[in-house]
Amino acid sequence: MIPLHLYLLVSAGLFCMGIYGVLARRNAVAILMGIELMLNAVNINLVAFWRYISPESLNGQVFAIFVFAVAAAEAAVGLALIISIYRNRETVIAEDVNILKW
Amino acid sequence: MTITPETVAFAIMSVLVLGGGLGVVSSRNLIHAALYLALTLFGVAGLYALFEAPFLAAVQVLVYLGAIAVLVTITIMVTRRLMGITENVNRQWPVAALIAVLAAAILGFVVISQFAGVYPTQAVPPDTIERMGQSFASHQGFLLPFEVASVLLLAAMIGAIVVARD
Amino acid sequence: MADVLASLADIYTTIGNLLTRLFVDVLGASPELASGIIKFLGAGLLATSVLLILVFNIWFERKVMARIQDRIGPNRVGPWGIFQTVADLAKLFTKEIIIPDGADLVPFMIAPVISVMSVVLIWAVVPFAPTLIGTDLNIGALYFVAVSSLGVVSILLAGWSSNNKYALLGAFRGVAMLVSYEVPFVLALLVPVILSGSMRMGDIVRAQSIPFLVVMPVAALIFWIASVAEVGRQPFDVIEGESEIVSGYHIEYSGFAFAMFYAAEWAHGFTVCALMTVLFLGGWRGPGAEQIPTLGIVYFLGKTFLVYFFQVWTRAILPRMRIDHILSFSWKFLVPLSLVLLVLSVLADKLGQLYIPGYAVAGSFVDLLPRTALLLVVTLIVGGLAALWVAGLGRRERRRQEAALSVASIEGRAAQQAR
Repeated sequence: MIPLHLYLLVSAGLFCMGIYGVLARRNAVAILMGIELMLNAVNINLVAFWRYISPESLNGQVFAIFVFAVAAAEAAVGLALIISIYRNRETVIAEDVNILKW
Repeated sequence: MTITPETVAFAIMSVLVLGGGLGVVSSRNLIHAALYLALTLFGVAGLYALFEAPFLAAVQVLVYLGAIAVLVTITIMVTRRLMGITENVNRQWPVAALIAVLAAAILGFVVISQFAGVYPTQAVPPDTIERMGQSFASHQGFLLPFEVASVLLLAAMIGAIVVARD
Repeated sequence: MADVLASLADIYTTIGNLLTRLFVDVLGASPELASGIIKFLGAGLLATSVLLILVFNIWFERKVMARIQDRIGPNRVGPWGIFQTVADLAKLFTKEIIIPDGADLVPFMIAPVISVMSVVLIWAVVPFAPTLIGTDLNIGALYFVAVSSLGVVSILLAGWSSNNKYALLGAFRGVAMLVSYEVPFVLALLVPVILSGSMRMGDIVRAQSIPFLVVMPVAALIFWIASVAEVGRQPFDVIEGESEIVSGYHIEYSGFAFAMFYAAEWAHGFTVCALMTVLFLGGWRGPGAEQIPTLGIVYFLGKTFLVYFFQVWTRAILPRMRIDHILSFSWKFLVPLSLVLLVLSVLADKLGQLYIPGYAVAGSFVDLLPRTALLLVVTLIVGGLAALWVAGLGRRERRRQEAALSVASIEGRAAQQAR
């Protein structure tokens, strides 16, 4: 068997890449992709702890499924917003969408 | 650690996950980023299979690869007039990199100090999926969160249609 | 003698045992290694035979279509032209793979591989006989939906990386259609899963003492329509649409890369027939198949080819639908219908279990009769109402067009007289 910390390290690495993607990319779609990476990292952790600590309970898997649902909703709404912004302002760069900035 | 099929699978999957993640945040061409994202998602599905959670692995492929990755790719294609941008990172990228590295260091430290060498103590019960299905439909289980998630998905669907419509 | 007969009756287990003995006793491998090697060999054999049966299928389809269209079909290579496909394949293999200018090389070359993979992987959970199944996953039904959704990715990749507007258009149309039809596909698939109470393909087959086609004909029809759309055959072949977008996403592919797309498409056509057989026609079930597992594959292939014949038949006689019609048909008709059907049948099944004496959800042919009758009535009522509704819509549309036509003709005549 593979020790738990290797899985957790993989997931930590993925999460930090996601952080970098969200903070550093300019394109809104790329930012969304960073968020997806972070959600996946969280999911790996949830399932890893479920498997290694308490496989007889269901909580880890069930939480992962709710994360799926949230991720699907987030992707659908987020991408719809991006398409809508693109139609109205001809841009997908997050910094250029600054009409609310004072 | 001896080399077993499991360790080989783990090595392949973690290379897919981490390499794909690196590709997502670093490639200039957004379509390539989306492809790397698909690679990462596939690797995560492989990790779920290693965790003996085949249901999650299948749902990961179905939801993430079959729906979210496709949605992301289509959005990029629809908005591709701006794909030729050379500068793909904003001015604060050094700070972002610093934060990411710091977070990685902290997380790595916590993981190594707290969870090093933990091995599973129990086998996965064979009826996990049945019990999960029952818990979604029982009020002692996850009935309320399940319904809330359904309402969330419905709201997201309607919202996406309304927002993206001309 | 009786031993030989018994081992012939379950020839798959016999071969497996023989191979294990060969590896363990003769070659001195450990039992785990032997089972690993056998699984590996089995996977290779399964994938190869899925692709090899195409050689026959393509000839079969061309021949049947030719007969329906009053032609002869392939008749030059071999008896009745049966080796035509071999000749075609040999030609395709020797051709150059042309990579268009500005193509994105890696996605361009990965796309055909993914498309073949997404089809071949489905066969891992198809039960050919009681004792012959690649792997009887407890989530088999979910598994094949998941892997077949990878096909969408390959179409998108191919369409985008070809650097060709027709390819991209074809891919967009294709993805819109495939994603739309995945919804009724999965909803109809849920019917056998709920009726048998399992996502394991082996259990779904075992639960069909009465085939689910008889229990839920409308669900079977929805599954059939959705699976034809998933394959992208006529009347749903807008992905390719030769006369509109010159064969869509694989326009820029040639040689072996094209052959892979071609193989994946045809294999997918056959695969959905196998799934239809497993989910609605009772898979390997037939007289004596329980006792003599060897017979199972005969029944299975027989039923699958029957379904395949129907697919070719629809393909030959129906014209291509327009993409917006296809999408509205899915979202405005198939999805609501399958949802209503699913909810009502589950409700009826539950009420039957509570209130009808002698109501069994599993067992032999006779045990299942009350359930079949109840669900059949529910299905037929729902299906009949839906058919009436569609007929009403059609009548209204026809009347509207007739009215428009007569107004136009009156105006035309008036204009002529004025002149």
